[in-house]
Amino acid sequence: MLLPTKFRRFLEDTGLITRFAGHYFSQGVKPRLELAELIRQCYIIGYSSLGLVALTGFIMGLVLTMQLRPALVNYGVASQLPVMVGIAIVREIGPVITALIFAGKIASSVGAELGSMKVTEQIDAMEVSGTNPFKYLVVTRVAASTLMLPILVLVGDAISLGGAFIGVNIKGVTSLHLFFRQILDNLSFGDVLPAFIKTWFFGFAVGVVGCYKGYTSSKGTEGVGRAANSAVVLSSILIFIIDLIVVQVTDVMGLN
Amino acid sequence: MENVIVIEHLCKRFGSNIVLDEFSLTVGKEENVVVMGKSGAGKSVLIKCIIGLLKPDSGKLLVFDQNIPELDHEELDRVRARVGFLFQSNALYDSMTVRKNLEFPLRRHWIRITQKEVDDMVTEVLENVGLAETVDKLPEELSGGMRKRIALARTLILKPEIILYDEPTTGLDPVTGREISQLIVEMQKKYHTASIIISHDMHCVKLTADKVSLLMGGRCYAEGTYTQLEQSTDPKIKQFFE
Ligand SMILES: Nc1ncnc2c1ncn2[C@@H]1O[C@H](COP(=O)(O)OP(=O)(O)O)[C@@H](O)[C@H]1O
Ligand SMILES: [Mg+2]
Repeated sequence: MLLPTKFRRFLEDTGLITRFAGHYFSQGVKPRLELAELIRQCYIIGYSSLGLVALTGFIMGLVLTMQLRPALVNYGVASQLPVMVGIAIVREIGPVITALIFAGKIASSVGAELGSMKVTEQIDAMEVSGTNPFKYLVVTRVAASTLMLPILVLVGDAISLGGAFIGVNIKGVTSLHLFFRQILDNLSFGDVLPAFIKTWFFGFAVGVVGCYKGYTSSKGTEGVGRAANSAVVLSSILIFIIDLIVVQVTDVMGLN
Repeated sequence: MENVIVIEHLCKRFGSNIVLDEFSLTVGKEENVVVMGKSGAGKSVLIKCIIGLLKPDSGKLLVFDQNIPELDHEELDRVRARVGFLFQSNALYDSMTVRKNLEFPLRRHWIRITQKEVDDMVTEVLENVGLAETVDKLPEELSGGMRKRIALARTLILKPEIILYDEPTTGLDPVTGREISQLIVEMQKKYHTASIIISHDMHCVKLTADKVSLLMGGRCYAEGTYTQLEQSTDPKIKQFFE
């Protein structure tokens, strides 16, 4: 069967990335924990997307609330607005939007950074300086993005709910206490846990794809640009695919 | 004379592209060998095999009497600590200052070393290349010639017994190129290193070479001192000396 070239390349990429991810686990457990570099990367990766996550989260919460209100008013359930918005943000919008922003910011910068290090032989230089570049560069960055994205999602969710609170109060009046009481009463364990767990997978996907694209980028400066670009595209697609898989799995497990 | 590098019948191909085909070369202690060859002849591939960045397909490749392709990671790292590599593109870490760049191989190769010793070595090696004032600068703030010097300093900081230079003067203006060649000679004298120097720059070759090897068609086409090869009547050799 002849698959369209683009789709075939996507499948090939996914296969190679899976192998790259396997390499991550086999190298990650070997000695010489690059702890200092890991902490540095956590700081860089987490901090650099914080502002963007906060801004987009706030706007999403606010806009979502304002858009949903008319429909709920029509059905005469405007009082349920915080619950609707809260569930939407915590279960889906918060994790996915934050992960997409994160992909745009981190996958591209990691892809470009490692790509240019590869092209200018810096990765080879590390190797001859008694350093395993895969551990020093890739393992630390993948671990950092896996660790930092869940935290960013928590922050994003909280700011988003803050935006929603303002959105609710534009046309109505609710106290902050009542607003959160209403949301928390209606959120169950089954809402929060899968949403939180999938953010680890999103973070891992962004880290692995960014590193893979950079680490294997071809020679020449245009290879670096392509690495950054395709890292963003592929990791964004993977985020949706993981989202799709997680919703199926939690459905089967009866968590929905 | 005792040999520090012995290469015999080394073969390396990428798919159908045969790059090294039974290449042989020996480098003695404190001997400086220049490898010349056209662009794409496989000179970089050769020295990357020597440092273990590429794995040859077959042949013998001894550095300090150890067969490089057979070494495990730790053994390879121990050899690498004694062999310096000056990359054609310098390969300075552009996210790190000059100081951090120079400290990197030290901290990586020797785990037990005091900060004072590190500082002293950084200062010494920067003075050797005449750039003591750049210690807190980033590579992007330096000119091409200065970057080459810093890269050389980073190579020298481990006091290697062998240095592999990949086109050290290519891409520099003639004056700076000459300064770098001069510096290479000075460092050879000071640290008594053996070296393999890849170069097309006749001034650099003349200045540094004890022996010249011509890499052509994947093998050693000719070998001899600079004067011997310069006087050759073979047109294939002559073209390099015009
Ligand atoms: N990693 C690699 N993968 C595939 N081919 C390579 C690789 N490195 C070098 N080559 C090929 O080997 C040949 C020699 O390259 P190189 O040693 O860089 O030439 P030069 O003598 O100019 O330094 C070239 O044809 C190049 O395309
Ligand atoms: Mg080359």
